[in-house]
This record gives sequence, structure tokens and C-alpha cells, in this order.
Amino acid sequence: MELFKLTIHELHEKLVSKEISAKELAQSVFSRIDDVEERVKSYITVTRDVALAKADEIDKKIAGGERIGPLAGIPTAIKDVMNTEGIRTTCGSKILDNYIPVYTSTAVKNLLEEGIVMTGKTNMDEFAMGSSTENSGFFVTHNPWDLERVPGGSSGGSASVVAADEAIFSLGSDTGGSIRQPAALCGIVGMKPTYGLVSRFGLIAFASSLDQIGPFTKDVTDCAIVLNHLIGHDINDSTSVKIDKPDYTKALVNDLNGIKIGVPKELMAEGIDSKIKAVIENSLKLLEANGAVVAETSLPNIEHSLSAYYIIAPAEASSNLARFDGVRYGYRVPDAVDLIDMYMRTRAEGFGDEVKRRIMLGTYALSAGYYDAYYGQAQKVRTLIIDDFNRAFTDYDVLVSPTTPTTAFKIGEKVDDPLKMYLSDICTIPVNLAGLPGISVPCGTVDGLPVGLQVIGKTLGEEMMLRVAYSFEQSFGWSEKPKL
Amino acid sequence: MEFESVIGLEIHVELDTESKMFCGCSTRFGEAPNTQTCPVCLGMPGSLPVPNKKAVEYVIRTGLAIFCDISLFSQFHRKNYFYPDMPKNYQISQYDIPLCIDGHVDLEMEDYATTIGVTRIHLEEDTGKLLHIGGAGRIAGADYSQVDFNRAGVPLMEIVSEPDIRTPEEAKAYAQKIRAILVSLGVSDCNMDQGSMRVDANISLRPVGREELGVKAELKNLNSFRSLQRGLAYEIERQTKALQNGEAIVQETRHWDETKNTTSTLRTKEYAHDYRYFPDPDLVPMEFDPEWIEGLRAELPELPDERKERYMSDFGLPAHDANLLVETKATGDFFEAAVALYGGDAKIMSNWILGDLTYYLNSENVEIDAGEVKPAHLVEMVELIDDGTISGKIAKELFSEMFKTGKMPKAIVEEKGMTQISGQDEIAKIVDDVIAQNPDAVQEFHDGKERAFGFLVGQAMRLTKGRGNPQLINRLLKERL
Amino acid sequence: MAISEKDVKHVAWLARLALSDAEVEKFAKQLDVILEHAGKIAELDTKDVQPTAHAIPLKNVLREDKVGRCLAPEVALANAPHQEDQAFVVPRIV
Repeated sequence: MELFKLTIHELHEKLVSKEISAKELAQSVFSRIDDVEERVKSYITVTRDVALAKADEIDKKIAGGERIGPLAGIPTAIKDVMNTEGIRTTCGSKILDNYIPVYTSTAVKNLLEEGIVMTGKTNMDEFAMGSSTENSGFFVTHNPWDLERVPGGSSGGSASVVAADEAIFSLGSDTGGSIRQPAALCGIVGMKPTYGLVSRFGLIAFASSLDQIGPFTKDVTDCAIVLNHLIGHDINDSTSVKIDKPDYTKALVNDLNGIKIGVPKELMAEGIDSKIKAVIENSLKLLEANGAVVAETSLPNIEHSLSAYYIIAPAEASSNLARFDGVRYGYRVPDAVDLIDMYMRTRAEGFGDEVKRRIMLGTYALSAGYYDAYYGQAQKVRTLIIDDFNRAFTDYDVLVSPTTPTTAFKIGEKVDDPLKMYLSDICTIPVNLAGLPGISVPCGTVDGLPVGLQVIGKTLGEEMMLRVAYSFEQSFGWSEKPKL
Repeated sequence: MEFESVIGLEIHVELDTESKMFCGCSTRFGEAPNTQTCPVCLGMPGSLPVPNKKAVEYVIRTGLAIFCDISLFSQFHRKNYFYPDMPKNYQISQYDIPLCIDGHVDLEMEDYATTIGVTRIHLEEDTGKLLHIGGAGRIAGADYSQVDFNRAGVPLMEIVSEPDIRTPEEAKAYAQKIRAILVSLGVSDCNMDQGSMRVDANISLRPVGREELGVKAELKNLNSFRSLQRGLAYEIERQTKALQNGEAIVQETRHWDETKNTTSTLRTKEYAHDYRYFPDPDLVPMEFDPEWIEGLRAELPELPDERKERYMSDFGLPAHDANLLVETKATGDFFEAAVALYGGDAKIMSNWILGDLTYYLNSENVEIDAGEVKPAHLVEMVELIDDGTISGKIAKELFSEMFKTGKMPKAIVEEKGMTQISGQDEIAKIVDDVIAQNPDAVQEFHDGKERAFGFLVGQAMRLTKGRGNPQLINRLLKERL
Repeated sequence: MAISEKDVKHVAWLARLALSDAEVEKFAKQLDVILEHAGKIAELDTKDVQPTAHAIPLKNVLREDKVGRCLAPEVALANAPHQEDQAFVVPRIV
């Protein structure tokens, strides 16, 4: 049996019933990696030995009659933006090529304690800046549906790894759409929780006020299972929220009776590919058929989201990335004549163009004389966008939209036009600015390439959001897989 | 033309917390390099800060003690600049909404009183330490530098004064007063040797009577109160000369060299920074309940000004004595302990503390609470004077011995045979000898020369090796002459 | 023009990025396009709007003053490109 094709919940039953062992499962996934990785290029680092040792450990537990949690023994890939103690963590950047963390991020630690078997660290746009994974400092990841195309980004490796069955699920991070957009382009489920729900401690920061860790899974049920173990208050993260942990799997009810769904017209306007619009409109009909009340709504200020985002995120990034200076870790030019020379050339050689662009953009937006016009104004626009969402949520339980304006584009198509690349995130960015939860579920294909439906929840409204996503998934009955 | 100096001080104080500002690393001083670090204070990728509540409390207590308004809403900003002692290449600090604003400190100078405004007090994190290798161990001329991050992230409070200070003496008095207040509050040990209190001074000159400020220099490396005073005095002289010669003052940072007694340019304004302050997105705002702040106010300990008033009213001390006794908390504590043990006049204790004790402490560069002489020593010694066992003169000698050895006065007196000779017969015999041996002086006395009497008393004291009761010698000498 | 080549040189200096002249020219053009787009928000009337730093309104997240575990110095220095005497080493500063 091709175990690598199964979901978490299917595999858990087989592990508990001792039908399969964790080791067999891990070996199945690694054989799949051996088969397809050369073509897909999802992983920066594969941790086979660590994974097999962990699988053995889980098998001993099962053999000893110990109860195991739903994630125990599940092969899991981690975006290379999260610190993993003793395991190289590059953030997709040459500047961290040789960096071995001395601690593990809280989110990964939470899952390791649940018994996941970590298969490796996935490729990404350098410092999570990008929408195609072409900005990786190492290599380009390919979309399993069409190897000529991008998997999306920045968590492209974490999306392709699940779409290509090179892991059962994975973790990514989402600052402006970096989970939802690649999930949509790779035909899988990707979810960004409410800001503060998952600890950011150990997540290498891109834009601190927007970054959030979330899962890539094969279905919504798996998403709820992972979320159960990913979240939780962390005293090491000042922006972590304190809530009673719900059981998200209880929210998975296939019924939308009386649920009010708003469709922001600005996210169905020009700029969205007409074929994608048609797929989304079909999806809306399915939602209605399942009992939901669907209506058009408006978020008038979200047209300014991209502008606000491309000021706030680079501004925060320009400061967050100042620490990569060749002093305490990472790359340092070997022949610096003095400190300034060391700083200037280490960073020039260590960072790629997109990272440099955003550092400069952010530095400019914060610099004397420009702060009010750029950063200060962007923070006010952020307020306007949040107000828009709040108004919409007085009438609707969730909002839905396409996740992306187009399907996966060709590798190289947008690399020379940063602004065009940035536009791939127009549907996802407003959600980060407002700190809301968002999920992308597969809702069809256009020309053989997957399309994602984005469901946006209220602040900490993950349960309603998952219920809508789950109900849609059940009625849509998606079962297509890329042919590799 | 007459010039007036305009001085403002920026005082940085390391707060006396157990752990660092944004992580749990210890703040202990003097440990081996890089033994007190963690991912947070090393600025490792992905680490996040969580502020220390006690440090916030300490700053607010300081603000309350110097009559500041406490901001009910406050937040941390990032101050961005590259420097190798700063792990993140930004410092978490405060910008437009510091914890405390608009306070003041009253100063009593020798012959006038003045008030120095405090613009703001804010909270930030300290940097690591650089050790320059090669050259003379100074940054200029070094081959390379070593970085120790033990100090990085220690809570640092910055107290910024208004430019209300007019003389180096006022600057010193202001800094000393701030230190006394902080030590009384228990928020810092303010040890200038260990760098837990650092003072930078901004100084400019302007023609007397003019409102507009002149071009300022920022003075660094003022590592003691003495340096502060002398550095400013030098700078006033330098700027006065320059202005009188028609030269322009350059806005710059200058380094005080204690050994050469001069200041020199460290960097000019051309290197002006653009710190790109913005609210730290890793941290959330602070909002304080006014009741909580009032609670902190109610718990404030007695402060130097209140203590001084009490010394004047309860112990009848003159203002001069009271001022000096409250200059450091330890001196006041010593005084009060001594007065509590001693039944007599508090002024006598004050005299010994401000006199001999201060003299010895200063000459040996010892802090009062670290010295061998404790309140019990001083009180026992004064009681020996009071009951006539020793003379005041002997006491001076005894004090020196006590200071050196830490032995109790009675033990020293016994060991060295320092008791006063008060036996009438014994003194009478000595007086007779003096009269017999100094006929010239006796004659001079009879001729009306008062000075001769003093000489004869001195001779008698000499024969008793200083132990003779002076009153008795006086009386018997007069009788027999 | 929202940003000139001179501005690019200045921000590259502030951000400690060495750029070639060709890069300055290229980045100036690209940043100009982005800033042109992003700068449009300056026209919005936001007189009475409060800025948002965080979407989630948390406040007063403070920790007790307790000492925790530190890294062993060899661990702290494990990734250092250059070290000596248990300290990080940087090239001469001036």
C-alpha cells in the first residue's frame, strides 16, 4: 500500500490498530522522497536518520501499550523558517547556510512532543519574502501539478511536499498569504490561524506583526487535528493570546444551515482571472446548497491593502533582518578589512535581491522625513481595513473569496517585475493586516491547475471557519492528485 | 563678553533586577565572558523579548520619587543602528511615550538653592561590552575587538535632565542627588566604577542674558563625580576661549581624558544617525491602572530630602550637616545607627562621621558600609571620651588605629595603654617637673606672656605621652605658678 | 520619482548593504515603481484614524523578575564565524 498517500486521521487508525508501524510509514514516505524529490525539490534538508530513530521510538511506545496522540509517528515537514535545535535552519538564505540553531521553536516543539516524525526542512523564498519560492537562496521548487510552474510561496516547499506526498503534512508561515497562496496553487489545504494563536517564538521573523505559523494538510480534518496541537499560549511570545484550547475537530460539522457567508466584491473584481471567478461562483452554489446564505458584501478599503502591506512588512523586516551581520552566526565575508566592510559585504553577499529590495524599502519607509507619509499612514490604513472587516462580520459568520487571482504561473514569469509578483497576494494580504484566520481549500481546477477557495473567519473564529471549509470539502468531494 | 554655561545631563542607570530586561538571564556583574546569554539576549534568529515587570516598576518608582508624571500608556520602540555590542542591531528603547516625564530635583548648593528639571525617564536594554585588542586597548588603533554579551539586555534606565544646570558644581550635586535617591529606592547600586551609573553631559555656552542656546558638545567617559565636574570645567574653559577668539563651536561628541585632563573629539555630527524609531512589533503596549501607581507611591521609602528634614527637626542638626549625611543612603544609615546606640548629642556623631571618618574613607577610597569602623566602634570611642578615659587628642590616634584594624576602641586602649592620666598626684608630680625644668618659660609667664603657659602645658602633655588630662594639667599648672 | 539613486545609496548605507552602481540603478527603478504604488495611501484622509500596530489588542504582557537558564558559553558561541577567549570577534571598528 502507498502509505504516503494517506491522511493523518487514516494513518493514526492504522498505527493504533498496529496494522502498520511508524517505521514502515516513515520508510514509505522516504521512498516517495527518493522517487520524486529530484523533480520537485521541496526539501533544503532531509533528516532521514533523525526521523527513523523517532519512528522507532514511537513504535516502542505502541508496542508497550502506551496510548499515542493523533500526530504520533506522522511524517512531517517543517518550513526552514523555524528553528530546530541541532538541525541546520537556513530560512532559504545563503546568509544562514551554515546556521545550526541552539534551540527549537515553540510550534515545532509542541508537535515534537506529540510524537511527529520530522522528515526535513522545506524550501522557501528567502526570509519568507516572495510568492513563488524562486527567491530561495538555494534552488527553485517545482509545482507537482506542472513542474514548469511555481508552487507559490513563500512556503512553496511546504506546499509541494504535501501535494507530492513527500510528507503527510507540513508547517509553513504566512505573513501575507505564504501558506494559503501556495496551498491553493498546489491543490491542498493551507491555513493561517488568528494572529497570536500559535507562538512565534523560534520562527525567524519577517514581519513580526503579521507572521503566523500554520499547517498544510491533505484535508480539513487533518488541519483541525494539527491545529489542536499547534496552538497554545507561550510565555516566551509577548504577542501570544491566552485562550482555553478548543477541540477543533468538534467544529467539523457537515452542515451550513443558517450560516451567513459574505463575498467581498473587491475580491471578485478585475485582476481576478475570469476562469477562477467561474470556479469560485460554482463553489458558492455548493455552499448555498449546503444551507448557507451567501451574499455579496464590500470591504471598501482593502484596495489599499497591498500598499499598506508593502510598507509595514518591509519596515518591520528591515529591522528584523539587521541581526544578520556576520558577528554571532551565519555567513561572514572572509577578508573584511574593517567592521563596516564586514557588515556591508557580508549582507550584500548573503542576501538575495528580493530581500535587499525589501530591506531598502522598509529602511526608506522608516527614515527621517518619510515615517509619517509611509509607515505612520500605513498603520492608519491598517485600522481602516480592520474596521471594514469588523463591519462585515456584524452581518456574516465568514467571508469567502478566491485565494489567488491566478493559478500557478510559469517559473521565471514574474521574477523581473516585483510589483506584478506582489499582486499574487492581493486576496490574502488583507487577512494578515487584520490578524484574522484564513484557510484555503481546493475548489476545482482551471486548465488542469488547482484553484483555492479562501474562507476568512472572525478573530479567533477558527471553529466556524473550519466548519465552512469542512462542509465545502465534503460536498465538493475533491480527490484529484498531481501526476508525478 | 561674559558667558553662561548651559548643561544638561543624561544619566544611564542599570537597574538592580535579578534577570535581564527581556529574558531570564542573570544580571550578575563580573562573570566570565558570554556565560550569561541565551537566544534572546544574543539576538538569535526567531527569539522574542518579554519585558521584566520589576524593571518597569523600578522606573515608575524613580519617576514618583522625582515628581514626574507617570504615563498611563507607554510602549517600547526600536532604535535602529548597527554596532557590534548590540546583538539585534537595534536597541529596544522608548521614544515618544516614555514611562515618566516632567519631574524635578531640588539642589542645595553652598549658598543658594536651585531646581533642575527632569525631562523624561525611559527604560531600555543595555549593550554588550567590547574589548579592544592591539594598539593601546582603545578602539582607535586596535587590531580587532572581542564582544562579551553578558551585559547585553540588562535593564537600563535613562534619566534626561532639562538644560537647567549652570555650573560643574551643580552638575555634580545633581548627579549625586540622583544617586542618593536611586540608592534609597533600592532600584540600583549606582556603582560608577562598575558602570552601573554612567553620566553623559551636554554643554553649550551663551552670552549672559541671551535666551537662545549655543552649539553644544556632548561629553562622554565621565566615570566619576570628580570627572564630571572637572570635565565640564575644562569644557567651559575650552569653549569660552574659542568663543572669545571668535571661533565657532562644532557640534560633536567629546571624550574626557582623566589622566591628561582634557577633552578631545570622539565624533562629529556628520555621522548623524537616522535611528528609524518605530514601535517594537514584538511587544505590546503597557497601560497602567492609576490605583496601582498610587500604591507604588504609598510604598516609597524615605527619600534624601525627607531624611534631611528629619535630621534637622529630630536631631537638631544644622542644614549643612544634614545635607552631607543624606548624600548617600549608607552615610545616613551609619549616622542613624550610631545615634540610636549613643545616648548623647547627635551632633557629636555627625562631627565624627563628617570629619575623621569621611577623611579616612576618602583617603583610602573605601565606601562607608565597607569600612572597618562600624557605628558601634564610633559610639564606644565617644563614650570613652565622655567618661574621661581618653582625651580628644588620644581619640584621634585611636580612630586611626580603629580604621586600620577594625578592633574595638576599648581593646585598643588597653592594648596600647592609651588611658588618660587623671590622678591628681601623678599629674602634680609632672607639673612640678615641668616648672623645674623650664625656668625661662616660667619667667616669661610671670612677665605676662600668655604663650609661655601654652608651652608649659605642651611640655606636660609630652611627658605624659599625650595621655594627661588636659583640664587637670591646666588647673594644677596655674595653681603652682 | 518617489525615490532617487541618491536615496537608494543612503538607505543601502543605513541598512549596511554594499551595492554596485548597476545595482543602485536597478533598485532605484524597481523601488520607485513599488513606492509609486504604495505611496498612494498618502492621499487618504486619515486625520481621525488611530494607527494599528497589532491586530490583536493585547496589553501589559510582562514577566516576573526570575532568573532562568543560560546557554553554556560554547553553545552561545557555537555558530560564531570567529571567536577567541570565549568572546565573539569582530574586525577593527575604526
